[in-house]
Amino acid sequence: MAVLQTRALEKHFGRIRAVNGIDLQSEDGELLAILGPSGSGKSTLMRMVAGLEEPTAGDILVDGKSIVGVPPKRRNVAMVFQSFALYPHMSVRENIRFPLVARKVPANEQQRKLDWVTGILDIGDLLERRPTRLSGGQMQRVALARALVRDPELFVFDEPLSSLDAQIRSQARGELRELHDRTQITTLYVTHDQLEALGLADRVAVIHEGGIQQLGTPRELYDNPGNLFVAGFIGDPPMNLLDLGESIVGVRPEHLLAADDWGREEIALELDVEIEHLEFLGAEWLIYGAVRGGIPEHQRDPRVIARLRTAEPPSFTTGERRQFVVRKANARWFDPASGERTQAPAGAAA
Amino acid sequence: MSSTMPRGAAAAGPLARVGEALERPGVLGAVMLAPAVIYVVFFVAVPFVMAILLSLSDATAGDPTLDNFVGLDNFVAVMQQEAFWTALWNSLIITVCTVALIVVLATIAVEFLAREFRGKRLVQVLFMMPWAMPVSLAAITWLWLLDSQFSPIDWILVRIGVLGPDGILGPARHLYYLGRTNLGMASVIFIDTWRTLPLATIIVLAGRLSIPRERLEQAQIDGAGFFRTLFRIVIPALAPVLIVAILFTALLVIGEISSVELLTRGGPGHSTQILPLWAYEKGIESGDLGQGAAVALFLFPVLLAAAIVALRFASRLHKD
Repeated sequence: MAVLQTRALEKHFGRIRAVNGIDLQSEDGELLAILGPSGSGKSTLMRMVAGLEEPTAGDILVDGKSIVGVPPKRRNVAMVFQSFALYPHMSVRENIRFPLVARKVPANEQQRKLDWVTGILDIGDLLERRPTRLSGGQMQRVALARALVRDPELFVFDEPLSSLDAQIRSQARGELRELHDRTQITTLYVTHDQLEALGLADRVAVIHEGGIQQLGTPRELYDNPGNLFVAGFIGDPPMNLLDLGESIVGVRPEHLLAADDWGREEIALELDVEIEHLEFLGAEWLIYGAVRGGIPEHQRDPRVIARLRTAEPPSFTTGERRQFVVRKANARWFDPASGERTQAPAGAAA
Repeated sequence: MSSTMPRGAAAAGPLARVGEALERPGVLGAVMLAPAVIYVVFFVAVPFVMAILLSLSDATAGDPTLDNFVGLDNFVAVMQQEAFWTALWNSLIITVCTVALIVVLATIAVEFLAREFRGKRLVQVLFMMPWAMPVSLAAITWLWLLDSQFSPIDWILVRIGVLGPDGILGPARHLYYLGRTNLGMASVIFIDTWRTLPLATIIVLAGRLSIPRERLEQAQIDGAGFFRTLFRIVIPALAPVLIVAILFTALLVIGEISSVELLTRGGPGHSTQILPLWAYEKGIESGDLGQGAAVALFLFPVLLAAAIVALRFASRLHKD
């Protein structure tokens, strides 16, 4: 168990600033997700923690001690790559023992650790096989075993679920969380998939253009996005963002409500929406519409998406116009210039 | 003219008919393969069959007819000559030593060339030079470097005190590289290695670059240092291409005649004689076609078996 901390961390490749001043601190034993689109710098951050890249500036500390300049073999950081990177010419047993042999762990100790880790990950019957004869899920478990067997202070996972089939991904997600709860090893989990980050992590750092946009629990990110990027990135479909001139209002699709159910004093915004398209997703409906009234004039009418949490078909059809309202409690306000969260403007409350 | 005809009629033109014929499955493939097949038949298969027939006849340069079948007499006669055994032994020594050196040096060179560094392109070009250089030009250079009187290597050795009156290598000021059996053999091995290393390196480099970077980084994170990564991760992954490189260089070196012919001509005496040169001297220069063919064919079964085993092994490794 350990606390990972980065201070003003930067990495430049030529003129490109892949990581541009990241301050991050994990808690002891935390599963911390790094979530961002491709090219956001999350992989570079992870590679610096593992020791595969040297930072251009700034510091990386584990339990308060700097690990910058320490080669990967002497850092106690274990990493699981997206491709799992198993050694194809070794058996599963040799793969798992490799880090122990490389670290010159005594033979009886090696056997004890091997037994322990194969027990945890339930891979005892795979030990004699070659990695080429394993399924994706089995490969993942072997890669986890190889990372776990050396008692690392820190785990670094690089999109560990994205090379698995969709069917077993949610199961693997559960197993990963269970493994973390058992071992309590501080884990950095890098992903571009918000479902993985929100579903798995204790806290999530949303990263974009080399900087942290917001760090918080999954609920904080979803309920109170700190800026327009996070608002537009988290959630599927993401927040509706409507430009009101002086400010931008953000509304989750499930918070666009039918007008008649709410009293005037509770309402922050009233929208006249023309229904363009309905989408049935099993447990819910998505309603795509164009805003015809209720906000300042634009060159093009903005689009909104509403979510109806029922399998029953909605009472309206394509082409109709409907009134939707946003409750004050559900509206989130942003400053159009900086993109940052602000308080509700005085005018909108009226 | 087909170009002035309407579209539907254009198909009747002779060029268009050829084009259509080529589109039929099988035709294009046969046409494309034909030059290679013709080449192999005329320049490999026919001489090979001729060599077998010659080795079983009493043909000479004066009477090159195949009218007299003598069975294995030529092989028996050849094997009773001492020079043949010297040549066979030397051929094997030169090939084994050269291939062993090349495997080690190519693996080291590839570790170097797989990395990024300043001036990498220049190094690559210089590295390929021995392979691109004409053999005769290279031989002149080496003849000068290894000359009995004017060798610059000797001169340097004298200057640094290794050679000459006070040197550890004796009072003489010259090593006479090509005039002593062991040094002559070493020179031939050295030059064969120098010439064939670029080819082997290119083959091995292709294999080295196909190892995923993540696998090497994983080894780094798992705590493996340079040598453990090299011997436990890189070389096992290189095994199939190393076998191909060994096979190629072994076949090239064992058939290589120019280095010995240009440097020592098999001398002094027959002490650096090798099989292909001996076959040439027997069959062409002495005019005994039958015995020359017998010498040339001697290694064929061994080489064939070695090639089959190596290729089988390589393809099995590849599948695994």
